[in-house]
Amino acid sequence: MTVPAPYHLALSAVLFTLGMVGVLVRRSALVVFMSIEVMLNAVNLAFVTFARLRGVVDGQLLVFFVLVVAAVEVVIGLAIIVDVFRAMETVDVDDVDLLRG
Amino acid sequence: MLIPVLAVLVPTLPLAGWALNGLWGGRFTRRTVAIVACGAVAAAFAAAALLLWQIRLAPPPGRAPAGGPSWIVDLYSWIGAGSIQVPLRLLVDPLSVAMALVVGGVGLLIHVYSVGYMDGDPGCARYFAYLNLFMASMFWLVLAGNLAAMFIGWEGVGLCSYLLIAFWFTRPAAAAAGVKAFLVTRLGDVGFLLGIFVAFGVFGTTDFGVMTRDAGARLALGGGAATALALLLFAGAAGKSAQLPLYVWLPDAMEGPTPVSALIHAATMVTAGVYMIVRLHAVFLRAPAAMDLIAAVGAVTAIFAAAAALVEPDLKRVLAYSTISQLGYMFLAVGVGAFSAGIFHLTSHAFFKALLFLAAGAVMHALGGETDMRRMGGLARRLPRTTAAFAIGALALAGIPPLSGFFSKDLILSEAFRAQAWLWAVGVAAAGLTAVYILRAFALTFLGADLRGAEGTAHDPPPSMAAPMWILAGLTVAGGGLGWSFTHPGILERFLLTGLRAGAGPPARAGGAGEGTLVAASVLVAVAGIVVGWLVYVRRSLRGGVPALAGLLSHRFYIEEAYAVGVIGPVRALARVAAVADRTVTDAAVMGLARALGRSGQALRGLETGYLRHYAAFVLVGVLLILAYWVSR
Repeated sequence: MTVPAPYHLALSAVLFTLGMVGVLVRRSALVVFMSIEVMLNAVNLAFVTFARLRGVVDGQLLVFFVLVVAAVEVVIGLAIIVDVFRAMETVDVDDVDLLRG
Repeated sequence: MLIPVLAVLVPTLPLAGWALNGLWGGRFTRRTVAIVACGAVAAAFAAAALLLWQIRLAPPPGRAPAGGPSWIVDLYSWIGAGSIQVPLRLLVDPLSVAMALVVGGVGLLIHVYSVGYMDGDPGCARYFAYLNLFMASMFWLVLAGNLAAMFIGWEGVGLCSYLLIAFWFTRPAAAAAGVKAFLVTRLGDVGFLLGIFVAFGVFGTTDFGVMTRDAGARLALGGGAATALALLLFAGAAGKSAQLPLYVWLPDAMEGPTPVSALIHAATMVTAGVYMIVRLHAVFLRAPAAMDLIAAVGAVTAIFAAAAALVEPDLKRVLAYSTISQLGYMFLAVGVGAFSAGIFHLTSHAFFKALLFLAAGAVMHALGGETDMRRMGGLARRLPRTTAAFAIGALALAGIPPLSGFFSKDLILSEAFRAQAWLWAVGVAAAGLTAVYILRAFALTFLGADLRGAEGTAHDPPPSMAAPMWILAGLTVAGGGLGWSFTHPGILERFLLTGLRAGAGPPARAGGAGEGTLVAASVLVAVAGIVVGWLVYVRRSLRGGVPALAGLLSHRFYIEEAYAVGVIGPVRALARVAAVADRTVTDAAVMGLARALGRSGQALRGLETGYLRHYAAFVLVGVLLILAYWVSR
């Protein structure tokens, strides 16, 4: 049996919200990063759901793009985090506030 | 054809000299600088001489409207806007070639003289660069084929005049004199520029050939347009040629090096106004009222400046007032329609006044820069050759035959007599004063007790300075031959005549008894002036005088004071008001805007916390707001 689409979408929304809250409240850069990945995959889930719902492959196609971008982003993001750690000996995003006005 | 090439070379060669000395003069040796500068001018003079030879030799390609031979050399289409077309155009005709020869000849001699005079000055390269730039501008001025092109040279010589008056810019007096010359001549230039616009309006062009040809058709005789055009152009001429009431800059211009005074402020630039009027004589002849005014201004300036020279203690300033006075004669001449007489006097004046200035420069050179005649005296024994040169120039200035000044001044006076007797009377009176003041200058400088005692090492100048003086002295003596004539036009006049007819009274001289009486009268007045001067300043047998007149003279009829009260005062007051307005209105607005932006920046910087989460929250809020907008729509 198949699970109906609204469940998929609800899961997607829950995952997205969890990721968003993680980005907003967690202090460790790595966790913030993982939260972003959760958000991305929540969106992927929504894409796939809608693609199935409407019987077209556009959404699934876009998921591949999102995956590729996410992989690239992981590389760059981790590199930045490593660099920040080298420079400041911390990965706490609240300590990295050089742009404070 | 050689003519276009030569015509272009004449102004270009000094320009090249300017570029060379201006860019690399600092690295050249003095010798190289002098060779470049003098060589450029010598080559330009040679080109001008070849030009003379060519236009005498070659048949003119077309006859100019005025009936004379002329060649037009178009270089470049400068301004093209619909019906207004202004080419950069050179005009080669007898008048422009004669002027180019005078400018080039006197200029070359003064360049050579400057080599000795400026020897040892640290700004030597700068000096020669400016001098070459002046020559280029002056050549351009006299060769230009339309008013717009002439204006380039007109302003160019004004710029060089400013640069060279203020050459020793560390001296406050020199810097101030430069600014004064620039500003006062600018007053006249406003008129000149407006005159150019009127010419565009009337003729649709400012080409000299077209203006000469169409003057009769487009300008009603004595009409408003003709009078306005003539008066506006005359305003420019009066500023450049230091006529009343715009003469005030010229005496102060003596702050510059003496060769500059000789070249720019006696022989060439200050005569540009006369040249311009002669060039456009066809236009001026359509405005008899303006011509009368020009003649009157010339006559009054001649006698006024001669009177002012009578009490001036500074040798160079005496010569400056003398120049103003002689320029007055030239304007008197062109004002009564005696254009070739004006050019003749311009030429002979260029010779003898340059000679006087160079002799004065030799005196200053010998005395370490002294110009105050009250501290001179008895120099005839120390500087015999300079004294002789000065004496030749002085006699020519006084109008003693057979020197050139006699012929040219006499020609002007007889033409003036033919036009209006009172102009002649004023001119003769000024001639008498001229003889007195130049004798006074000669006596105070060279005769009498040697006031400098034994301290002097004064001696005649070196050959590089003496040679130009002797050549000029020769020209002063022989220059009369250019225009010597009682019954028929002289050489210069016949040469110019072809380009100068255009309705001017044909100079078929009356000759006979009337002419002889006039000549005798003016010679008598000149001799009487010399005798009076001798009695007053050498024998000192005539003493006393009218204190009130002396006071009036020494203050130059309070014209400078009138300027101070009438012009400088109000302008200063206006400047003060403007300064306050600048601070309270303009600056306040600008500063207020900047302060407001600064404050809003201060207020907004609170948003930039530097916390990543805050930025992310802002994005979230933004997304939610957009979503809310879409959903609610």
